[in-house]
Amino acid sequence: MPHDHHHHEGTSPSGHPYRADQDGPLTYWQAMEVAVRELLVEKGVVTADQVQRQIEAMDARSPADGAAFVARTWTDPDFAALARRDATAACREMGFDPGTMRLIAVENDEGTHNVVVCTLCSCYPRNLLGLPPDWYKSREYRSRTVREPRAVLREFGLDLPEGTTVRVHDSTADMRYVVIPRRPDGTDGWEADLLAALVTRDSMIGTGVARVPS
Amino acid sequence: MVDLAPGATVRVAAMMPPGHVRTPAYLRGKVGEVERILGPFGNPERLAYGLEAERLPLARVRFTMREVWGAGAERPDDTLDAEIYAHWLEPA
Repeated sequence: MPHDHHHHEGTSPSGHPYRADQDGPLTYWQAMEVAVRELLVEKGVVTADQVQRQIEAMDARSPADGAAFVARTWTDPDFAALARRDATAACREMGFDPGTMRLIAVENDEGTHNVVVCTLCSCYPRNLLGLPPDWYKSREYRSRTVREPRAVLREFGLDLPEGTTVRVHDSTADMRYVVIPRRPDGTDGWEADLLAALVTRDSMIGTGVARVPS
Repeated sequence: MVDLAPGATVRVAAMMPPGHVRTPAYLRGKVGEVERILGPFGNPERLAYGLEAERLPLARVRFTMREVWGAGAERPDDTLDAEIYAHWLEPA
Protein backbone atom coordinates (compact mmCIF):
# COMPACT_ATOMS: atom_id res chain seq x y z
CA MET A 1 0.00 0.00 0.00
CA PRO A 2 1.51 3.30 -1.00
CA HIS A 3 2.34 5.59 1.86
CA ASP A 4 0.48 8.81 1.37
CA HIS A 5 2.20 11.85 2.67
CA HIS A 6 0.41 13.56 5.54
CA HIS A 7 1.65 16.75 7.00
CA HIS A 8 0.45 16.96 10.58
CA GLU A 9 0.06 20.67 10.90
CA GLY A 10 -3.08 22.71 11.25
CA THR A 11 -6.17 20.56 11.67
CA SER A 12 -7.04 17.00 10.67
CA PRO A 13 -9.77 16.28 8.08
CA SER A 14 -12.19 15.98 11.02
CA GLY A 15 -11.32 19.47 12.16
CA HIS A 16 -9.30 18.60 15.27
CA PRO A 17 -5.80 19.94 15.83
CA TYR A 18 -3.04 17.34 15.42
CA ARG A 19 -1.40 16.30 18.61
CA ALA A 20 2.39 16.34 18.57
CA ASP A 21 4.09 12.92 18.67
CA GLN A 22 5.82 12.16 21.94
CA ASP A 23 9.17 11.30 20.38
CA GLY A 24 11.36 14.22 21.30
CA PRO A 25 14.90 13.71 22.57
CA LEU A 26 15.42 12.46 26.15
CA THR A 27 15.50 15.15 28.80
CA TYR A 28 18.60 15.51 30.95
CA TRP A 29 17.03 13.53 33.82
CA GLN A 30 15.66 10.79 31.54
CA ALA A 31 19.16 10.29 30.14
CA MET A 32 20.52 10.24 33.70
CA GLU A 33 17.99 7.54 34.71
CA VAL A 34 18.91 5.36 31.72
CA ALA A 35 22.63 5.81 32.40
CA VAL A 36 22.34 4.95 36.11
CA ARG A 37 20.11 1.95 35.39
CA GLU A 38 22.52 0.61 32.76
CA LEU A 39 25.47 1.06 35.12
CA LEU A 40 23.68 -0.77 37.94
CA VAL A 41 22.93 -3.67 35.61
CA GLU A 42 26.45 -3.67 34.13
CA LYS A 43 28.06 -3.74 37.58
CA GLY A 44 25.77 -6.54 38.72
CA VAL A 45 24.00 -4.53 41.45
CA VAL A 46 20.59 -5.41 39.99
CA THR A 47 19.52 -7.39 36.95
CA ALA A 48 17.42 -5.97 34.12
CA ASP A 49 14.86 -8.62 35.02
CA GLN A 50 14.61 -7.36 38.61
CA VAL A 51 14.08 -3.80 37.38
CA GLN A 52 11.36 -5.00 35.01
CA ARG A 53 9.64 -7.03 37.74
CA GLN A 54 9.65 -4.04 40.10
CA ILE A 55 8.05 -1.86 37.40
CA GLU A 56 5.43 -4.55 36.79
CA ALA A 57 4.72 -4.85 40.53
CA MET A 58 4.19 -1.10 40.75
CA ASP A 59 1.99 -1.02 37.64
CA ALA A 60 -0.11 -3.88 39.04
CA ARG A 61 -1.07 -1.98 42.20
CA SER A 62 -4.46 -0.35 42.13
CA PRO A 63 -6.84 1.49 44.43
CA ALA A 64 -8.57 -1.87 45.08
CA ASP A 65 -6.36 -2.56 48.12
CA GLY A 66 -7.19 0.86 49.54
CA ALA A 67 -10.90 0.27 48.95
CA ALA A 68 -10.72 -3.04 50.85
CA PHE A 69 -8.85 -1.27 53.66
CA VAL A 70 -11.55 1.43 53.94
CA ALA A 71 -14.42 -1.08 53.76
CA ARG A 72 -12.90 -3.02 56.63
CA THR A 73 -12.71 0.12 58.79
CA TRP A 74 -16.46 0.45 58.15
CA THR A 75 -17.27 -3.11 59.21
CA ASP A 76 -14.67 -3.97 61.86
CA PRO A 77 -14.41 -1.54 64.82
CA ASP A 78 -11.18 -3.11 66.13
CA PHE A 79 -9.57 -2.71 62.72
CA ALA A 80 -10.84 0.89 62.51
CA ALA A 81 -9.20 1.61 65.87
CA LEU A 82 -5.92 0.11 64.66
CA ALA A 83 -6.11 2.13 61.41
CA ARG A 84 -6.55 5.35 63.42
CA ARG A 85 -3.65 4.48 65.71
CA ASP A 86 -1.21 2.92 63.21
CA ALA A 87 -2.37 2.70 59.61
CA THR A 88 0.88 1.03 58.51
CA ALA A 89 0.20 -1.86 60.92
CA ALA A 90 -3.40 -1.97 59.66
CA CYS A 91 -2.09 -2.40 56.09
CA ARG A 92 -0.01 -5.37 57.21
CA GLU A 93 -3.02 -6.79 59.06
CA MET A 94 -4.86 -6.79 55.71
CA GLY A 95 -1.96 -8.68 54.12
CA PHE A 96 -0.86 -5.63 52.07
CA ASP A 97 2.88 -5.09 52.10
CA PRO A 98 3.47 -1.45 53.01
CA GLY A 99 7.13 -1.71 51.97
CA THR A 100 8.86 1.45 53.16
CA MET A 101 5.57 3.37 53.21
CA ARG A 102 4.50 4.82 56.56
CA LEU A 103 0.79 5.52 56.48
CA ILE A 104 -1.60 7.81 58.34
CA ALA A 105 -5.35 7.38 57.87
CA VAL A 106 -7.45 10.52 58.25
CA GLU A 107 -11.14 9.99 58.74
CA ASN A 108 -14.03 12.05 57.48
CA ASP A 109 -17.03 12.53 59.74
CA GLU A 110 -20.21 14.54 59.74
CA GLY A 111 -18.39 17.82 60.29
CA THR A 112 -14.96 17.15 58.73
CA HIS A 113 -13.67 16.55 55.22
CA ASN A 114 -10.01 15.63 54.67
CA VAL A 115 -8.04 16.11 51.45
CA VAL A 116 -4.44 15.12 50.67
CA VAL A 117 -1.86 16.94 48.56
CA CYS A 118 1.92 17.04 48.27
CA THR A 119 3.00 20.59 47.49
CA LEU A 120 6.73 19.78 47.33
CA CYS A 121 6.59 16.91 44.83
CA SER A 122 3.90 14.23 44.47
CA CYS A 123 4.13 11.92 47.51
CA TYR A 124 1.32 9.38 47.32
CA PRO A 125 0.56 6.09 49.14
CA ARG A 126 1.50 4.01 46.07
CA ASN A 127 1.78 0.75 47.98
CA LEU A 128 -1.89 1.04 48.92
CA LEU A 129 -3.46 3.01 46.03
CA GLY A 130 -1.16 2.32 43.05
CA LEU A 131 0.18 5.07 40.83
CA PRO A 132 -1.22 8.57 41.38
CA PRO A 133 -3.48 10.19 38.79
CA ASP A 134 -1.69 12.71 36.56
CA TRP A 135 -3.64 15.64 38.00
CA TYR A 136 -2.30 14.83 41.49
CA LYS A 137 1.17 15.69 40.20
CA SER A 138 0.11 18.87 38.44
CA ARG A 139 1.39 22.21 39.64
CA GLU A 140 -2.17 23.51 39.70
CA TYR A 141 -3.54 20.82 42.06
CA ARG A 142 -0.48 21.04 44.28
CA SER A 143 -0.50 24.82 44.65
CA ARG A 144 -4.25 25.49 44.75
CA THR A 145 -5.31 22.71 47.16
CA VAL A 146 -3.52 24.38 50.07
CA ARG A 147 -4.66 27.87 49.05
CA GLU A 148 -8.31 27.33 48.07
CA PRO A 149 -9.30 23.72 48.77
CA ARG A 150 -13.03 24.39 48.56
CA ALA A 151 -12.72 25.87 45.08
CA VAL A 152 -10.62 22.88 43.99
CA LEU A 153 -13.13 20.41 45.46
CA ARG A 154 -16.00 22.19 43.70
CA GLU A 155 -14.17 21.66 40.40
CA PHE A 156 -14.11 17.94 41.26
CA GLY A 157 -17.89 18.15 41.69
CA LEU A 158 -17.78 18.16 45.48
CA ASP A 159 -19.74 21.01 47.04
CA LEU A 160 -19.32 20.64 50.80
CA PRO A 161 -22.06 21.68 53.22
CA GLU A 162 -21.57 25.07 54.86
CA GLY A 163 -20.82 23.63 58.30
CA THR A 164 -18.10 21.19 57.17
CA THR A 165 -14.51 21.93 58.19
CA VAL A 166 -11.90 21.15 55.54
CA ARG A 167 -8.62 19.70 56.73
CA VAL A 168 -5.87 19.76 54.11
CA HIS A 169 -2.91 17.42 54.63
CA ASP A 170 0.31 18.48 52.92
CA SER A 171 2.37 15.31 52.63
CA THR A 172 5.69 17.08 53.15
CA ALA A 173 7.99 14.44 54.64
CA ASP A 174 8.01 10.77 55.63
CA MET A 175 4.32 9.92 56.01
CA ARG A 176 1.77 9.05 53.35
CA TYR A 177 -1.96 9.66 53.75
CA VAL A 178 -5.18 7.87 52.95
CA VAL A 179 -8.60 9.39 53.58
CA ILE A 180 -11.28 7.18 55.11
CA PRO A 181 -14.45 8.55 53.53
CA ARG A 182 -17.79 8.37 55.36
CA ARG A 183 -19.77 5.19 54.92
CA PRO A 184 -22.70 6.00 52.64
CA ASP A 185 -26.22 5.88 54.05
CA GLY A 186 -28.36 2.94 53.02
CA THR A 187 -25.56 0.36 53.41
CA ASP A 188 -26.50 -1.12 56.79
CA GLY A 189 -25.63 -4.78 57.00
CA TRP A 190 -23.56 -4.76 53.79
CA GLU A 191 -20.56 -7.06 53.61
CA ALA A 192 -17.09 -5.52 53.24
CA ASP A 193 -16.69 -6.80 49.65
CA LEU A 194 -19.83 -5.02 48.53
CA LEU A 195 -18.89 -1.85 50.41
CA ALA A 196 -15.42 -1.76 48.83
CA ALA A 197 -17.04 -1.25 45.41
CA LEU A 198 -18.34 2.10 46.70
CA VAL A 199 -14.87 3.36 47.64
CA THR A 200 -13.35 5.31 44.77
CA ARG A 201 -9.73 6.33 44.38
CA ASP A 202 -10.71 10.00 44.61
CA SER A 203 -12.61 9.39 47.85
CA MET A 204 -9.35 8.12 49.36
CA ILE A 205 -7.44 11.23 48.18
CA GLY A 206 -10.28 13.41 49.43
CA THR A 207 -11.26 14.95 46.10
CA GLY A 208 -14.42 12.85 46.19
CA VAL A 209 -16.69 10.93 48.53
CA ALA A 210 -17.77 7.28 48.50
CA ARG A 211 -20.43 6.31 45.97
CA VAL A 212 -24.02 6.22 47.13
CA PRO A 213 -25.67 2.88 46.32
CA SER A 214 -28.25 3.21 43.56
CA MET B 1 14.59 23.11 73.48
CA VAL B 2 11.23 23.58 71.86
CA ASP B 3 8.27 21.77 73.42
CA LEU B 4 6.88 19.35 70.84
CA ALA B 5 4.19 17.71 72.96
CA PRO B 6 0.86 17.37 71.17
CA GLY B 7 -1.02 20.64 71.61
CA ALA B 8 2.14 22.74 71.99
CA THR B 9 2.26 25.98 70.00
CA VAL B 10 5.25 26.23 67.67
CA ARG B 11 6.57 28.56 64.99
CA VAL B 12 8.21 27.36 61.79
CA ALA B 13 11.61 28.99 61.39
CA ALA B 14 11.62 31.74 58.77
CA MET B 15 14.98 30.75 57.30
CA MET B 16 15.66 30.15 53.60
CA PRO B 17 18.61 27.74 53.38
CA PRO B 18 19.60 26.28 50.00
CA GLY B 19 19.44 22.53 49.30
CA HIS B 20 16.91 19.73 49.67
CA VAL B 21 14.52 21.08 52.29
CA ARG B 22 11.17 19.48 53.18
CA THR B 23 9.66 22.56 54.85
CA PRO B 24 7.31 24.31 52.41
CA ALA B 25 8.17 27.98 51.95
CA TYR B 26 4.53 29.03 52.42
CA LEU B 27 4.64 27.78 56.05
CA ARG B 28 7.87 29.44 57.12
CA GLY B 29 7.32 31.92 59.95
CA LYS B 30 3.79 30.54 60.59
CA VAL B 31 2.49 29.45 63.99
CA GLY B 32 0.62 26.19 64.50
CA GLU B 33 -0.17 23.50 67.02
CA VAL B 34 1.58 20.12 67.24
CA GLU B 35 -0.97 17.46 66.24
CA ARG B 36 1.26 14.44 66.89
CA ILE B 37 4.92 13.49 67.01
CA LEU B 38 6.41 10.99 64.57
CA GLY B 39 9.81 9.52 63.93
CA PRO B 40 12.61 9.92 64.68
CA PHE B 41 13.59 9.98 61.02
CA GLY B 42 16.91 10.82 59.36
CA ASN B 43 17.34 14.48 58.45
CA PRO B 44 16.42 14.61 54.73
CA GLU B 45 18.59 17.69 54.22
CA ARG B 46 21.62 15.42 54.74
CA LEU B 47 20.22 12.14 53.42
CA ALA B 48 19.63 13.81 50.04
CA TYR B 49 23.39 14.24 49.61
CA GLY B 50 24.41 10.84 50.95
CA LEU B 51 25.68 12.39 54.19
CA GLU B 52 25.39 10.84 57.60
CA ALA B 53 22.06 12.05 58.96
CA GLU B 54 21.07 12.63 62.56
CA ARG B 55 17.66 11.26 63.52
CA LEU B 56 15.13 13.94 64.37
CA PRO B 57 11.59 14.02 65.70
CA LEU B 58 9.04 14.92 63.02
CA ALA B 59 6.01 16.94 64.11
CA ARG B 60 2.67 17.06 62.36
CA VAL B 61 1.76 20.70 62.85
CA ARG B 62 -1.78 21.99 62.30
CA PHE B 63 -2.19 25.56 61.06
CA THR B 64 -5.38 27.50 60.52
CA MET B 65 -5.93 28.88 57.02
CA ARG B 66 -6.23 32.28 58.74
CA GLU B 67 -2.66 31.92 60.01
CA VAL B 68 -1.29 30.72 56.67
CA TRP B 69 -3.10 33.04 54.25
CA GLY B 70 -4.22 35.94 56.45
CA ALA B 71 -7.25 37.98 55.48
CA GLY B 72 -7.29 36.35 52.04
CA ALA B 73 -8.01 32.87 53.44
CA GLU B 74 -10.75 31.03 51.59
CA ARG B 75 -12.23 29.85 54.93
CA PRO B 76 -10.27 31.03 57.99
CA ASP B 77 -11.18 28.09 60.26
CA ASP B 78 -10.25 25.35 57.79
CA THR B 79 -6.91 23.78 58.64
CA LEU B 80 -3.72 22.66 57.03
CA ASP B 81 -1.48 19.93 58.51
CA ALA B 82 2.14 19.43 57.47
CA GLU B 83 5.08 17.39 58.73
CA ILE B 84 7.89 19.62 59.95
CA TYR B 85 11.27 18.42 61.26
CA ALA B 86 12.16 19.42 64.83
CA HIS B 87 15.11 21.64 63.86
CA TRP B 88 12.70 23.88 61.94
CA LEU B 89 10.46 24.51 64.96
CA GLU B 90 10.77 27.29 67.53
CA PRO B 91 8.70 28.05 70.63
CA ALA B 92 5.88 30.51 69.89
